[in-house]
Amino acid sequence: MSPRIGVITFPGTLDDVDASRAVRYSGAEAVDLWHADADLKGVDAVVVPGGFSYGDYLRCGAIARFAPVMTSVVEAAGKGMPVLGICNGFQILCEAGLLPGALVRNEKLHFVCRDQWLRVENNDTVWSTRYDQGAEVLIPLKSGEGGYMADQATLDRLEGDGRVVFRYVGGNPNGSRNDIAGIASESGRVVGLMPHPEHAIDALTGPSDDGLGMFYSALDALVPSA
Amino acid sequence: MARVVVDVMPKPEILDPQGQAVAGALPRLGFAGVTEVRQGKHFELEVDDSVDDETLAKIAEGFLANPVIEDWTVRRLEA
Repeated sequence: MSPRIGVITFPGTLDDVDASRAVRYSGAEAVDLWHADADLKGVDAVVVPGGFSYGDYLRCGAIARFAPVMTSVVEAAGKGMPVLGICNGFQILCEAGLLPGALVRNEKLHFVCRDQWLRVENNDTVWSTRYDQGAEVLIPLKSGEGGYMADQATLDRLEGDGRVVFRYVGGNPNGSRNDIAGIASESGRVVGLMPHPEHAIDALTGPSDDGLGMFYSALDALVPSA
Repeated sequence: MARVVVDVMPKPEILDPQGQAVAGALPRLGFAGVTEVRQGKHFELEVDDSVDDETLAKIAEGFLANPVIEDWTVRRLEA
């Protein structure tokens, strides 16, 4: 039986359909999860997709963090369930305390929408084992509040522990500290990033299929090796 | 009942591009002499007397502000 990966829909979520498609491309079963329902339907992993949950009211992710489904996600993550937060999903995971730091308005205020090169800085997380260490991948970035901020002690800890998973290359698009595009939890099972791997799974519909590696990586972790 | 004001501001060390954009626009509109602008949020809460200061601090710290990037103040207005 193929692993079941849940994809959450909040009011204002945009990329749940693409995220589910990416899950299916990788060979897993995509399971729709609803913000108001605390039931995770027995999934093996969860993707928190991008968009503008609750209209980005108050702060990006600040309201979504209190949704019933997120209470269950935080609890399951604490027991080791893999969680991937993409864009608004990354913001939600930061607000929920699953990842350190916060995302703020882009340095130049512009909404950035472009295909972005990233360097894989850590291929030892649940969501990045399919990449070569140091590989450069092309993934769409589309966000207005993608500047990663954390205090110096947190940044030092992230860098020292190798918890920076993806870093922007070819110029910093949004003012993120240390060019950080994505980070991992201490366990490496929760990962958040601003760029959208689910939009880069097929050369027909994206700039590359580089994003698929994240979903394959999770699958590798969920399927007991034969 | 009391009116409570919570002000939330970006921490000094956090870049405030919105405030900078406002500051940059002022000279173009003919207003000279404003050297810095920082933009934050202002909340007005109507609360009954059962809500103590500790609860208000929890609301500000845990929800209205994100302490990673923002500072907050709570004050009760005279009725």
